[in-house]
Amino acid sequence: MKPLNDVITACPPSGIRRFFDIAAEMDDVISLGVGEPDFVTPWRIREAGIYALEHGYTTYTSNAGLPKLRRLICADQASRYGAHYAWDTECLITTGVSEGLDLALRVLLNPGDEVIIPEPCYVAYEPCVRFAGGVPVAVPTRWEDDFAVDAARVADAVTPRTKAILLGSPANPTGAVQPRASLEALVALAEERDLYLVSDEIYDRLTYEGRHTCLGALPGARDRTVVLGGFSKAQAMTGWRVGWICAPEEIAQLCVRVHQYTMLCAPHVSQLAAVEALEHAGDDVAAMVADYDRRRRVFVKGLRELGLDCPEPSGAFYAFPSIRRSGLDSETFAERLLHEHQVAVVPGNVFGPSGEGHVRCSYATALPLLEEALERMGRFLASVS
Amino acid sequence: MREILELLERDAHLSHDTIATMTGLPVEQVAAQVAEWQASGVIRRYTAVIDWDRAAAAAGPDSIPETVTAFIDVAVAPARSVGFDDVAERISRFPEVRSVYLVSGGHDLRCTVTGRNIRAVSDFVSQKLSTIERVQATATHFVLKAYKRDGVAFAEPEPDHRLRVTP
Repeated sequence: MKPLNDVITACPPSGIRRFFDIAAEMDDVISLGVGEPDFVTPWRIREAGIYALEHGYTTYTSNAGLPKLRRLICADQASRYGAHYAWDTECLITTGVSEGLDLALRVLLNPGDEVIIPEPCYVAYEPCVRFAGGVPVAVPTRWEDDFAVDAARVADAVTPRTKAILLGSPANPTGAVQPRASLEALVALAEERDLYLVSDEIYDRLTYEGRHTCLGALPGARDRTVVLGGFSKAQAMTGWRVGWICAPEEIAQLCVRVHQYTMLCAPHVSQLAAVEALEHAGDDVAAMVADYDRRRRVFVKGLRELGLDCPEPSGAFYAFPSIRRSGLDSETFAERLLHEHQVAVVPGNVFGPSGEGHVRCSYATALPLLEEALERMGRFLASVS
Repeated sequence: MREILELLERDAHLSHDTIATMTGLPVEQVAAQVAEWQASGVIRRYTAVIDWDRAAAAAGPDSIPETVTAFIDVAVAPARSVGFDDVAERISRFPEVRSVYLVSGGHDLRCTVTGRNIRAVSDFVSQKLSTIERVQATATHFVLKAYKRDGVAFAEPEPDHRLRVTP
């Protein structure tokens, strides 16, 4: 047989997969390894989806997505963050941020173009850059700096082939929120070196200290920035697969072009549910965010009381404690914690080399389970030290 | 401050320590505030929300005798200067009365009454409630099944459909 695609066959499976396989086989596991809310989609949103099915909204929508949803998204971005996009030419609905990221990278990159990615970062960034023909260039961030991106280090990584910087804030896996100053320095660098910015803002509403900054709203950023957002996290709608892109018209329209041939449109029912989410689920979202914040405070305090250094996670729903005190590397720590005390966490190194020495713990888990997990981690730490 | 009350209303078991961590307030302040609310009657008491149907099903009917609950709407002729208050207070004093509200609509007061059986509740209505001066009429609605109470749905919770580890 002739060989299959070189880029894809060379791409290793996600390091998370192995832990999933182990954890799936075990009983009595408390999982802090889940990258999605433990809340079910708020009932009013589910009910809107049921209504849409009952009334036969089972067709395609326009490629770019329902006008009503695009209007709501653009109005929301404008009022919330001062980011202004024309709903009819600069916004499209995607099947989650995952598709949005793929579209943006395909539209921005020519073969061999380099994309700078601060790590540790979401596991799909590097593969998506490669699938789009690009070359990912990782730039480390340090937990001593709360994982703030240092624009000077990014500048050092820029070459004549550099095309874009890809950044997620608030971040999976660290829970870090980029300070506005770091974002402004990146925008300045992008202007100076003529780079595009791809900003994954799926966790925008899950910020607990201060307000989220939309990268597209920063002075000088708009014309070179693709903002990716969606409904999976704050609205607890992961399985609905609905997200969006806001970008300058030329980029947005080319994204629509790829989308119309590859995806055609995001699911109609999901788009209608997303309309309900934006129109009426604000209180539901606020209640979930308040709950995450309380769990975050309890969980981070608990980790610190176990003697684990934990940078303050001010966004998303992850804590990313240092486990160096245990003397174990991330993989061994996570594997032994799972086997010996049935707590699933994700080793930090799967998110990039700077994640080594950390584990990702999701606190999108009920409080009693978090408390039990802390107890088990305490027993584990006592047994290894 | 409101957040502390909401947290306690949802879970009265939360320790002052946990509430302090959750809200970012000093634990001494939380303790003092709760004590003040208890003294002033803002916090009336701490209770559990119990699904009695489930309790009876789990323990067997003999160990947990069944009770019945009824909503009773009461029409009252208001009196000068007190309105409905004196009658409402009088009804409230009976221990089998669990709640009393002044409501809009066809009747004036809506009460919740529990008793050992339908007969006990009926007797209470005919002998105690209806005979109170200025009570003009009553309408009794027996509860057949409780689906949700005090914000707690009694159906089986939805199982966690998430995969154990995801990106």
